[in-house]
Amino acid sequence: MSPLDSLVMRAALAGIGVAVAAAPLGAFVVWRRMAYFGEATAHAAILGVALALAFDLSITAGALAVALAMATTVSALSGRGYGMDTLLGVLAHSALATGLVAVSFLTEVRVDLMAYLFGDILSVGKTDLAVIWIGAAAVLGLVWLRWSALLTATLNPDLAHAAGIDPRREQMVLTIALALVVAVAIKVVGVLLIVALLVIPPAAARPFSATPERMGIVAAAIGMASALGGLGLSLRWDTPAGPSIVLVAAGAFALATLVDLVARAAARR
Amino acid sequence: MNLLTISNLNMRLGGNHVLHDVDFAISRGEIVTIVGPNGSGKTTLLRAILGALRPTGGRVDRAPGLRIGYVPQRLHIDPTLPLTVRRFLSLPVRVGEARAAEALERAGVADLGGRQMTDLSGGQFQRALLARALLAEPDLLILDEATQGLDQPGSAAFYRRIEEVRAELGCAVLMVSHELHVVMAASDRVVCLNGHVCCSGAPEHVASAPEYRALFGTGTGGALALYRHDHAGHSHDHDHAAPAALEETP
Repeated sequence: MSPLDSLVMRAALAGIGVAVAAAPLGAFVVWRRMAYFGEATAHAAILGVALALAFDLSITAGALAVALAMATTVSALSGRGYGMDTLLGVLAHSALATGLVAVSFLTEVRVDLMAYLFGDILSVGKTDLAVIWIGAAAVLGLVWLRWSALLTATLNPDLAHAAGIDPRREQMVLTIALALVVAVAIKVVGVLLIVALLVIPPAAARPFSATPERMGIVAAAIGMASALGGLGLSLRWDTPAGPSIVLVAAGAFALATLVDLVARAAARR
Repeated sequence: MNLLTISNLNMRLGGNHVLHDVDFAISRGEIVTIVGPNGSGKTTLLRAILGALRPTGGRVDRAPGLRIGYVPQRLHIDPTLPLTVRRFLSLPVRVGEARAAEALERAGVADLGGRQMTDLSGGQFQRALLARALLAEPDLLILDEATQGLDQPGSAAFYRRIEEVRAELGCAVLMVSHELHVVMAASDRVVCLNGHVCCSGAPEHVASAPEYRALFGTGTGGALALYRHDHAGHSHDHDHAAPAALEETP
């Protein structure tokens, strides 16, 4: 019997794959204050799910396509003098609402909406797992290859220009990576909680990091521990898996903040 | 051979004609300062030179393979981004310990490699930016209001450091500033900008030009003479001289 025949093992591997890919990308989401951008991208994916179901396409492909379209639109609109938080608020929730309404039209397919909103990690099959790991590897590879350029562009666009880096191109790299993470994370945490996996592990890693690289690695470790811890919680207490994973990550953040506060207080004395 | 040639440059931003018909060039090893009042298009010109803005009309020609070191006016680092000075120096190209230490030394902040960028004082921060710009082994070093937030002795010291760097590396320097007297004293050539090039030439020439006086008044002309110091046998050690003390310098 292959280890992949175990439902729990597949769930654990899926969770680890998404968490490890989301964490370093999430660090950029935190540094560039793109959390709302992530929300808009993730919420748009539900519309992709509806379209995929209606036309009998792959859910991942549908979610990826619509998420990418949304992320590109938002990218193009940013830096043109719009009030970005308002605009993103409008887009994120309109996309979600459109998706939910679209799903309600699908009378011929029985849709378990909750599975797409909050994830259904225990139903991950072998094919799903392969898709998740390929997507995760692509995101990690992209962020790894562009790390230095992304960091320079994040610090200051003019600094990037002076070094021969086009910040718009780096923004596009992040946009694509974000859409990929959204597409593969739907199965694991659902569209409503994806941003939590992007933002919470890096935020928890911040107090223990002196360099960007360290923050990315610590965030990946926290993300992985959250995925396994949340899954354990879910199996032990029969709680929904996606929210449980986010809960463990939130606990890690609270703990990290507390440790940081105590350490600072001690240093001041 | 010029490092950079700007010909007939026009820039429109959001309906404003910010720069019109700007011509100038920088050759190897010279220090050129752009002065001009607020809103005169100084930063727009720099951004066009960096390639961050596309010219509406005219051309910006860089010498082939031109390496630019850029020290921005301000660098906001998000508090969520941990960044040591040493790590900052390796952006975007990794540099070895020896080169990093040399650049910090040259910029005048030798022992700060392990500190967080956000913990530095204003002067230390600007020097860390300078150290990073030097690591690009620039042919052209561009500084945008690099001494903003520094007091007068601090910025005088910073500009003296720039002169030393030029002497050591042989790079050209393009600076923007509105601290007229301090900057002009350190320049070979001054370009007075107000949407277009009003006048340009040696600092003494520009300071006495009517176009310049119309923009900045006559008060700075005298101060310029006082700040102009002897390049030959100068010790560069009066970093903390107060302006009052400098009034007495011959």
